[in-house]
Parts: sequence; structure tokens; C-alpha cells
Amino acid sequence: MNLEIKEKQSRGISEIISILEALIFVADEPITVKLLAEVLEEDKETVEAAVEELRNEYEQRDGGLQLREIAGGWQISTRTEFHEEIRRFLKTRPSAKLSLAALETLSVIAYKQPATIPEILEIRGVQSASAIKTLLDKRLIIAKGRKETVGRPMQYGTSKDFLLQFGLKDLSELPSIEDFEDLTQGI
Amino acid sequence: MEQIEQLTFNFFTETPHISTESRDEIKLELGKFAGPLDLLLYLIKQEQANIFDIPIARITDEYLKYIRLMKSVDISLAADFIVMAATLIEIKSKMLLPREIYDETEEETEDPREALVRQLLEHQKFKNAAQMLYERVTVEQAVFPRGRIESDENNAETNATVFDLLTVFQKILGRHKEEIQLEIEREEISLSDMLKNLKRRILESKELNLLAFFAEMHTRRELVTAFIAILEIVRTESVKVTQNATFGEIILKKV
Repeated sequence: MNLEIKEKQSRGISEIISILEALIFVADEPITVKLLAEVLEEDKETVEAAVEELRNEYEQRDGGLQLREIAGGWQISTRTEFHEEIRRFLKTRPSAKLSLAALETLSVIAYKQPATIPEILEIRGVQSASAIKTLLDKRLIIAKGRKETVGRPMQYGTSKDFLLQFGLKDLSELPSIEDFEDLTQGI
Repeated sequence: MEQIEQLTFNFFTETPHISTESRDEIKLELGKFAGPLDLLLYLIKQEQANIFDIPIARITDEYLKYIRLMKSVDISLAADFIVMAATLIEIKSKMLLPREIYDETEEETEDPREALVRQLLEHQKFKNAAQMLYERVTVEQAVFPRGRIESDENNAETNATVFDLLTVFQKILGRHKEEIQLEIEREEISLSDMLKNLKRRILESKELNLLAFFAEMHTRRELVTAFIAILEIVRTESVKVTQNATFGEIILKKV
């Protein structure tokens, strides 16, 4: 018992960083600081500092991998530069792109969530039922219960998969919708 | 990408034909116009008009001309285009009214075009946001995380499906067959009560064993209501259905 406690106390920052790297490597999904802290039995601040240090190490090494924060957790992945070689090895093609209609609908839901079909129609000027179905099938959006208004329309919001597929740390990382206003002035 | 087969029909000759394009995509029929707002914006640019001072009569004529030119259009989209045509004509007629009369009838002397301009600008903002999303997803597709390690959790075989739910349900029904013979009066529990009950149970204990939940039901009717409530809660709430092993017990979990 005593020995165990001693061992834990003597764990230096470099050892913590090594364990973190191992954990992030085996995790199937981006792993949160909270979970890392629980497994390591260290406090959150220590883990945050350590993971930041680890990120610096990855950046300085400038290798094939990157450590980044995505969908609320940390993940080790390849760097974008090497996608051609990776695809050649994996023999995969980029998955089909979303249609313009689906992307437009997704952008309305991302910014207005929870958003209902009538609200989406208002902005897009088009019925978006099949775009919504596509987005639901691809698990980019999820139903968020019904809105207590006329017709009780279903409300939709973006999912964790949305953050993952669009490389976002969280929703606040999306640029403000008002930033897109400047672009419209040129019409 | 999956495409939904559906019926579209020729707008004018009304000869039905099957198109494999999905409902929101009309590239085949309409070129680059995804919807009425896009067409309108295109026409405004074409006329080199100021978006804040749309020459409504000219644009309406142009718009109607385009609508007539559309060879075939998906029926649900056609409706959206026609709604816009009606809006344009309404604005046009309001603009024709002498301003004084118009002032008296309406409390605010808002330019009849204002709502439309606001909608056009709002739409444009989200089109730009969609462009940003497109760029993000393109970059993200060049990033690869480590491949999946197979575990019980991500093994499709142990992920419960609706059919697993049905099997559990049938098991319970079978168990109740003999017991219900003595039923005299039925107490009815409504679906919304059942939903409330189910929600409370999941919130209280974070997870709920379906077998145990079904076992609490007394009548066939209650069982059916419970089953529907479970389907509903999985559909509308952040609740996950999991199974620890193949043919194992099914657990509802709060996500």
C-alpha cells in the first residue's frame, strides 16, 4: 500500500506524458482530459499541461503524426500532407462528398441548433426533407426532441460525428455566422 | 453516395418518369440553381441590380420566364419555386400601390421588398457557411486516425437492433400468456405516462435493463405501450441501446 503511494508520487511529468501518449494511442475515439485524469489518477491541470507539452513534442518532431484536440478529446492522427500515400496503401478513396443541398442544410442546423424543418425552409427557401434524411443517415445530425409549437416539429442538432468529420474541437470553433456577412456585401 | 429513387414528373407535359436524383438535388433539371433563392440571386446579378433596390417588376418577369423554361422539375421543388413566384408577384403589386394609400393601410411603411432582401442575405450567409463546411470536410478527409481495435463494444454483432428488441418483447409476451386469463378490468396507462415513467427510470439509474422493465408490466396492453415508449425514447432522446454479449440482456443507457 505504502509502496504504491510512493510510486505514484514519484511519477515525474515526463512519465505522465509517456503514459498519456500510450492512452491516446489506444483510445478508439478522442479521449477527454477528464478521462485521462481519471485513469492516471492525476488532477486535470497536470494532465492538461502534460498533454499540451506532448502536443509541442509532436509539433517539434514534425513527423507523420499529429496530436490534436477534436470533438472534445485528444486524438493521434496522420498529418494531412501524406494523404495520397496513405490512400495508396489503404486502397481507399475519399468518401462521397455531401451534396450542396445537404451541406447548406447542415450549415443551417449547425448554426441554428436546435433547428426545425420550417426554420430550415425559411432560410433555404426549399423543402429540405431528403437532405435531412441524408444527414440523419450519415449520423451528422440527431433528433433533439420536439419543439412545443404549432405542429410540434422535430428539432435537429449536430452530433459528435459532425465534430469528428469536420475536424472541430467543439461547436464554438465554428467561425461566427456574422463573419460570412462581409462576403455577401459584394453582391 | 446513396441515392433515393423517386418519382418526378415533367412540369408541363406531365409525363411521369423515374429520376434517381434525390429530392433536394436538381442539378439535372436546373443546372446550378438549388432553389428559388438561388435563382433569384442569379437573376439579380444577371441584371446587375442592387440587392437593396431590386427592380422587382423586371426581376419578377425574368423569374417567371425561367420557371416556364424549366423542362421538368421535382414536384416538391416546383412548389417552392411557385411559392417564390407568388411572393414576387405580391411584392410587385404592393409596389404598384400609390405610397400614400399604402401608408394609411399599413402602420409601418416598410418597403415591401425588405423581407425578401433579408431572406436573400440570410440565405447567402448560410451558403458561405456551407462552403466553409465543404472546405473543412475536404481537409479532414486527408486525416486518418488509428484503425479500430476490435472489442465487444464496437463489434456489430453485439450491438442491439430493433430485432433484438422484438425478440425480448416476444419472450416477455410468451411469459405473460397464461397469467392474463384472469384479467377483469384493465387499468390503462397512456403512452405519455409510460414515456415519463421510462424517462424518470433512466435518469434515476443512468441505465435500465429492458428485461426487468418489461417484467413489471401486467397486461399485454401495458407491454405494447412500454415497447412503443422504448422505441420513441431511443428515437427522440439521448438514449443508447446496448448489449454486452451476443444474445445478452439489452440495456438502455443515457448517453
